Order: sequence, then C-alpha cells, then structure tokens
Amino acid sequence: MAGLLKKKKRRESEIPTASMADIAFLLLIFFLVTTTINVDTGIGMVLPPPLDEQEPPPVRERNMLKILVNEVGQLLMEDQPAAVDQVRAEVKKHVTNNGVDPNYSESPGQAIISIKTSSQTPYRAYIDVLDETWMAYREIWDNEARILGQRDYASYVANVVEAQDAPNEIREKYPAAISIAEPDPQQ
Amino acid sequence: MSGHFKKKSKPKQDIPTASLPDIIFMLLIFFMVTTVLRENDVRVRTQLPAAEALTKIDQKRLVSYIWIGPEKLPGLQLGNTRVQIDDALIEDLPGIRSIMYRKLTEQPKLIVSLKVDETSEMGIVQEVEQELRQAGTLRINYSTTRFVQ
Repeated sequence: MAGLLKKKKRRESEIPTASMADIAFLLLIFFLVTTTINVDTGIGMVLPPPLDEQEPPPVRERNMLKILVNEVGQLLMEDQPAAVDQVRAEVKKHVTNNGVDPNYSESPGQAIISIKTSSQTPYRAYIDVLDETWMAYREIWDNEARILGQRDYASYVANVVEAQDAPNEIREKYPAAISIAEPDPQQ
Repeated sequence: MSGHFKKKSKPKQDIPTASLPDIIFMLLIFFMVTTVLRENDVRVRTQLPAAEALTKIDQKRLVSYIWIGPEKLPGLQLGNTRVQIDDALIEDLPGIRSIMYRKLTEQPKLIVSLKVDETSEMGIVQEVEQELRQAGTLRINYSTTRFVQ
C-alpha cells in the first residue's frame, strides 16, 4: 500500500509536456499566416544628386541617345517616331558603336541614354521604355560574359566578381548611364 | 524466453514524441525571425506594371515604400492620384523631403521602393523623385511585377 502511494506522488510532480507541441503548433500557425514571403522585385535606379550651382558636365550630342515619351505613350527616338520594341536594338547599337557610326556613341563608357517624359506620360509607358533600355544593357553584359567564358552576366558576377573579389570589368566597360531627364522648368 | 522477447519489442512500437516540441519550436523560431509584422494598410490602388529587367531586394529592412496611385474610396470607387508613405496620405508633396530625410538618418543604406500604379501620370512621380533627390535618398526601385510572356 505504501509503495503504491509513493508511485502516485511521483507521477503528479511531473509537468505534463504532451500539450507542449500543440501550443508550439498554434504559435507556428500564427506566424505562418502573418508571414509575407514575397520578395520585392523592381527596376533599380540611382537618382542624380540635387543640382546645386554646378552645371552638369557637357555631353557631346552623338553620345546621347534621346528617347522622348509623350502624353499617350508614343516614342520619339533621336527625333524619329519609334515603337517600344525598337528601343532595345537601338540602345544596343548606340552603346556598342565604338565610334564607327558618327550618329552613335564614341565609346560604351561615354554613351548615355536619356529618357524624357512629359508630366502627362503614363507611368506604364515610362517603365516599358526603361525596361527595354535595361534589357539592352543586360544583353550586352551577357554577351561580354560569354566572351569571358561564363554562361551569362549573373554567373560572371557570382564566379568572378564575388568569388575572386575582382573588379566588375563588364560593368566598368558598360556603365549603363541611363539619365532620367530633369522635368522642364516651365511646367 | 519467448515471453521475454515480446516484452522487449512492445515499447518500440510508439514513435518517440519527446523531440516533437523542439522540432516545432525550431520552425516557430524560423518564422518569427523571418516575419515582418504590421504590413501597411495601403489606401491607394497600386496596380504595378510588368517588366523584364528585374532586380530583387533581398534586405527588406532597408526598404521604405512610397505608394502612388488613385485613392481608394468606399464602394470600389477611385479618387484622385495620391501619395502614401507609411500609414498616411501625403497632403503636401514638399513634406516628403523631411520625412525621407529622417528615414535616411535612421537607415543610411535606405532603398526607396516606389509602388506606382501603372495608370498614374509621370508628373507626380517626377515631383516625388525631385523631393527624394533633395532629401538625399538616391537609391530607388521602381516596383514592378514579373513580365510573363
């Protein structure tokens, strides 16, 4: 009888841990529901610093590829009407010209793409043009990476720049100077 | 002898559940660390444009959002284009400068993600960009969805 009593006492002194998993599950489900896993994607840009007194450095006309987007999303590329799907080829031609054609840039380092919009331009049209311009640069970078024996630009960055801590030569050669033009002062 | 064997094999039929709380806690801690609580209540419609040349923002804690789009009105109606930062709709656009400057001092590596509705006009986007330039928050990201062919 005495032995039986002792056994009972011992059992009661333990904290029941069977429900521990359930409590943890409940918390887990709460955090699962409130978590947002979606990664932000977008087109990264760096704005120019505010203009003080100093004027921007002069750019030679031939080095600048001017793209104008009007109020209804129509394009004017170097004063010629153009469609959005022409932008990519034209940008590539402009950047990789290396001084051959006098209408295009002297060197990739000097090439500038200027995108100008009016205040009524739909944002969608602007993003389309900006996207095509970036894609042109990406294709140029991919091409350069393949010449260097990589699969594409992303693997060049991963294998050479980040792994060996080397300077990003492709990016230095093709710096992707995309200028978002200042809005006109009279507006 | 045979009875002996039976007794030994009996307790092994249960799956040991003692480590279950630990496993769950590990998952729990993972989600606790990765969760960003309190998503903002967006009061403007931002239907994002699609693009191909995407970059990912891995560090969510560096990002500050600016929403630009038509204001959501009761009854699924849309009002004028407004700018929202954090929880508040911005009444005067030059006020963005001080807001963003304060954010920049708190997080020097700040990336401003512009979530702009695709039907918005560039005028308001340019005004916001001018304010960002004055504030010194130069790293921006035009938030877009992935273009699916």
